[in-house]
Amino acid sequence: MDRIEEALLEEIAQLHGIPEGAYNIRLNGQLESRSSTANIDIVSKEDNPGIDIIIKPGTKNEKVHIPVMISQSGINDLVYNDFYIGEDSDVVIVAGCGIHNCGELESRHDGIHTFHVGKNARVRYIEKHYGEGDGTGENTMNPTTVVEMEEGSYMEMDTMQIKGIDNTVRDTKAVLKGAGAKLVVKDKVFTHDRQHADAVFSVKLNGENCTCDLTSRAIAKNTSTQTFTADIEGNAPCASHTECDAIIMDDAKISATPQIKANDLDAALIHEASIGRIAGEQLIKLMTLGLSQEEAEEQIIAGFLR
Amino acid sequence: MIELRNVSYEITDEKDKAKEIIKNVSLKVDSKQFVVITGPNGGGKSTLARLIAGIYKPTSGSVYMNGIDITDMSISDRAKAGIAFAFQQPVRFKGIRVKDLLSIASGGEASLSQACEYLSAVGLCAKDYINRDVDGSLSGGEIKRIEIATLLARKCSIAVLDEPEAGIDLWSFSNLIKIFEKMREERDRSIIVISHQERILDIADEIVVVKDGSIVAKGARETIMPELLKGTEGCRYYQ
Repeated sequence: MDRIEEALLEEIAQLHGIPEGAYNIRLNGQLESRSSTANIDIVSKEDNPGIDIIIKPGTKNEKVHIPVMISQSGINDLVYNDFYIGEDSDVVIVAGCGIHNCGELESRHDGIHTFHVGKNARVRYIEKHYGEGDGTGENTMNPTTVVEMEEGSYMEMDTMQIKGIDNTVRDTKAVLKGAGAKLVVKDKVFTHDRQHADAVFSVKLNGENCTCDLTSRAIAKNTSTQTFTADIEGNAPCASHTECDAIIMDDAKISATPQIKANDLDAALIHEASIGRIAGEQLIKLMTLGLSQEEAEEQIIAGFLR
Repeated sequence: MIELRNVSYEITDEKDKAKEIIKNVSLKVDSKQFVVITGPNGGGKSTLARLIAGIYKPTSGSVYMNGIDITDMSISDRAKAGIAFAFQQPVRFKGIRVKDLLSIASGGEASLSQACEYLSAVGLCAKDYINRDVDGSLSGGEIKRIEIATLLARKCSIAVLDEPEAGIDLWSFSNLIKIFEKMREERDRSIIVISHQERILDIADEIVVVKDGSIVAKGARETIMPELLKGTEGCRYYQ
C-alpha cells in the first residue's frame, strides 16, 4: 500500500496499516492481503467475485476487518461478500470503502453484503464510505446489505457516508425471521456539491416479538440531493421505531418517504420524520459560547453525524 | 460594567405594524453588582437580556461594555469579550453532548475534573451526565442545570441569566442561590438575573422593574422590595 491507500484505510477503518486478527483487504479490484483465524475463516468465492466470512459458533469478542480501497481512476469493482455468523457468537465486523480518484473516469464499487445471523448471535457491523481526489471522474458506491436474522439474534448496523461520494444507492433489506430477533440501524449520510444519495430500507418483522430500531441522519449541503425510503412491515407481534432526521443547507433538497405496514394486530410500528435547516436557536446558543456562525454550523453537523 | 444608553427595540408584528418592545431604556450595571430585573410577563425583560447578549440589535440607542461601544458587535465577539448568557429555555441539540457544550464554553477541552466541578455545582454527577446528549432525553430541570453549568464554565465578566429558576426544583433552588453567591465572590463581575423569585430578589444589590418595555422602578433592594410585595398579600407569587 502507498501513502494514499494507507490514508484511505485510516479514514474508513481507523487502521494504521495491517490489522490484527481476521481481515481481507481489497485494493483496486484485487485481493491485497488476507488473514483467517482459528474461529474466523475467510475464503474466496468460486462462482462470483468476493468472499465468504465464516464465523464459528460461540466465537466471542473477535473483530473482522474487510476494507476496500480504490486508488486508480476508472476501476469498476463488484463484490459479493457473505457473512455466516455462527450461533451464540459475539463479533464486530468493520467494512468500508475509500476511493481516491484523480482521473477523469468514474471509480465505482458495488458491494453486496449478505448476513446470515445465527441463533442468539450478536454482531456489530460498521461501514464507512469516503471519497476524495481532485479528478473530474465521479466516485460511485452502491452498497446492498441483505440481513437474515434467526431466533434471539441481535445485529447493530452503524453505517455512514462521510463525504466525497458523487452517486450512491444504499439499499438495505432485512428479514427478522426468528422470534426475539433485534435489528438496530444507525445510518448517516452527508452529501455536498452536486452529489446524490438514495437510501432505501426494507425490513420485514416476521418473528414473534422481534424489534427494529432504525435511525437515519442526513445532511445535504450545496446543491446535493437525497432521498430516504423506508418500508417496514410488521407480520407478527413485533415493535419497530423508525426515525428520519435531516438537515438541509444552501440549495440542497431531501425527500423522505416512510411507509409502515402492520399485518398483525399486535404489531406496533412508529415512524418519525423531520427535515429542515439548522435551528436558529442552536446556532445562537453556540455563538453565545464564543463560536462564529461557521464554527457553530460545523459543530452542529459533526454532532448530528456522530 | 455593562450599560444600555437610550436603547429601543422595535419589531414588525404579524399585521406588519411596528411594535416597540423596549422603549428608550437606560441601565448601568457595575462590575461588582448583582442586579435582578423583574416585572410582569411580556414586559420586555427577556428582550433586554438578549439585547445585552447581542442576540437582538437595538433599533436605536447604544450598548457599552467597560466604556466601549459594543452595539454593533456580534454575538460571538461579545461572548469572547466576556458576556455569558443562560437561556430561559435551554436549546436542545441532536448529537451534541454535555461535555461538548462544557468544552466549547470553557474555550478548550474541558477535563473530567473541570466538568465535575461545573456539574456538581448544579447538583449533577459528572459521571452520569458528561456523555449524555443535550437533547429531548434530558428533563426540563436537568437541561436547565446544565445550562447554568455551561455558564459557570465561561469564566465571564458579565453574566446574564434569563429566569434561571424556571423548572428548577426546591432542592436545587438553594444551590442556585449558593452559585450566585460564589459567582459574586469569585471575581469582579456584573451579574444580571431575570427573575420573579422572591428569594433571588432578596440577594440583589439592585432591583429593576420592567413593564411595557420601560423601566418603571429601579433602586436598592430595601427600597424596591416593599413596593413589589404590596398588594401580593394572600398570594406570594408576584404577578
